[in-house]
Amino acid sequence: MSFEWVVTIITNNWPMFLRGAGMTLLISMIGTIVGAIVGLLIGIIHTIPVPERGVKRILLKIVNAILSVYIEFFRGTPMIVQAMVIYYGSAMAFGINMNQLVAALFIVSINTGAYMAEIVRGGIVSVDKGQFESAQAIGMNHFQAMMHIVLPQVVRNILPATGNQFVINIKDTSVLNVIGVTELYFQTKSVAGNNFRYFESFFIACVLYFIMTFTVTCILRYIERRLDGPKNYSMIGQPPVQVETLVSTKGRNDQQ
Amino acid sequence: MEKVIDIQHLSKSFGTHEVLKDIDFSVHKGEVVCVIGSSGSGKSTLLRCVNLLEKPSGGQIIYQGENILDHKHDIHAYRTKLGMVFQQFNLFNNHNVLNNCVVGQVKVLKRSKIEAEKVAMNYLKLVGMDQYVNAKPSHLSGGQKQRVAIARALSMNPDVMLFDEPTSALDPEMVGEVLKVMKELANSGLTMLIVTHEMEFAKEVSDRVVFMDKGVIVEEGKPEQIFNHPTHERTREFLKRTLK
Ligand SMILES: Nc1ncnc2c1ncn2[C@@H]1O[C@H](COP(=O)(O)OP(=O)(O)OP(=O)(O)O)[C@@H](O)[C@H]1O
Ligand SMILES: [Mg+2]
Repeated sequence: MSFEWVVTIITNNWPMFLRGAGMTLLISMIGTIVGAIVGLLIGIIHTIPVPERGVKRILLKIVNAILSVYIEFFRGTPMIVQAMVIYYGSAMAFGINMNQLVAALFIVSINTGAYMAEIVRGGIVSVDKGQFESAQAIGMNHFQAMMHIVLPQVVRNILPATGNQFVINIKDTSVLNVIGVTELYFQTKSVAGNNFRYFESFFIACVLYFIMTFTVTCILRYIERRLDGPKNYSMIGQPPVQVETLVSTKGRNDQQ
Repeated sequence: MEKVIDIQHLSKSFGTHEVLKDIDFSVHKGEVVCVIGSSGSGKSTLLRCVNLLEKPSGGQIIYQGENILDHKHDIHAYRTKLGMVFQQFNLFNNHNVLNNCVVGQVKVLKRSKIEAEKVAMNYLKLVGMDQYVNAKPSHLSGGQKQRVAIARALSMNPDVMLFDEPTSALDPEMVGEVLKVMKELANSGLTMLIVTHEMEFAKEVSDRVVFMDKGVIVEEGKPEQIFNHPTHERTREFLKRTLK
């Protein structure tokens, strides 16, 4: 390997590398976020208790069945093949030429959604059911209990897995070059095709990929630590709040 | 005296297992009622039916003259009138001590945050946990958690407090601090329905003791009567087993 070549390639092609890396980051970030939301919704639907009878029961069963098929299908086939099927399939079936970026976002999101659905389900199950019950006991309805008590804990539980999925997406978007998405791998291939220095060009791509994944990992670790709060808590000396009567009810010997 | 909760012919089955059978029972305003009985007799189920965490299979629950099992009744509004304290504390893990006592007031009772914090501090002080407002539940000991759970329930200004074995999950040296708080509450005139295995405590604080066995109320009466002159054989046996 010649170091001069690496420098030359960077000097001549840095805008392409940068645009490729940007595209990779964009697709994987939006794909992870949308996928996580899709997974969250599916996870929530999967944990709705099925009523014993009625139309609702049938409806819920059908929805759950469809969602299971979706999850199994996308987890059971390679993304590179899905990309070809969806991109060329949509052109053939509906005569639409999908924009490559839109196709890319769609494929990554829907893939991530399938993986995240299972992760979210685990995240919900691992929240103790006493949390939901005590929320109900102070008068919260299902929605409030979910929003203020259960889901914040689910999000915390699935954060590491979501970060992991983000890192996987950064790497796996490289397969999208087969449908001509101008992400980092595609750009690198173009650069290398022009200068015939394959090793040096891909070495640069390699470093760029690693910088991206490593940065994402570090940022997520930081966020996790922030969410967990300090290891210790500070005791409050004297609270400024005035203490009023202990309990508002009247004395127990009062006859009504 | 005014009945706060009046339970009539309440029954509850899990599948074919009949856990509560035709329970008739009421709690009066300002009264402290302790429910005792052996494990599996249905005490928790009774309490959970009262605040509808379990759906009763039959019977009526009359709260201040209204049957709350009516379909049109707002069960969420009803639940705010009952403060529940669980054996396993169930503090909200994603909130610190203060917010545990605030979130329900703000989201359910629609109080302002400032007002809610004032109310919360008042009760946290009462249970001796006002210095820990910033702590997360995972930082607290069992006794501290349970005292916060009591403050959380009180912050909703309930008409009745329900306790389901509040000290059973605690290390022995922490039982005292929780019972002390509960005694203060009892003396202040709060209406309380307590499931407990602490017989000394029940003897001391309750106006009435209810003994349950196999899903029925076997007998109830003043603590002095139940503990010293039980009329039923089953009560005598239970007390002999637990009091020795
Ligand atoms: N969700 C449930 N599904 C099926 N059976 C249940 C359920 N909850 C309680 N039971 C059964 O109901 C019976 C009464 O239970 P419950 O928890 O009310 O007893 P308990 O008097 O509170 O006992 P303990 O002193 O051990 O807390 C038990 O036989 C229990 O197995
Ligand atoms: Mg119990």
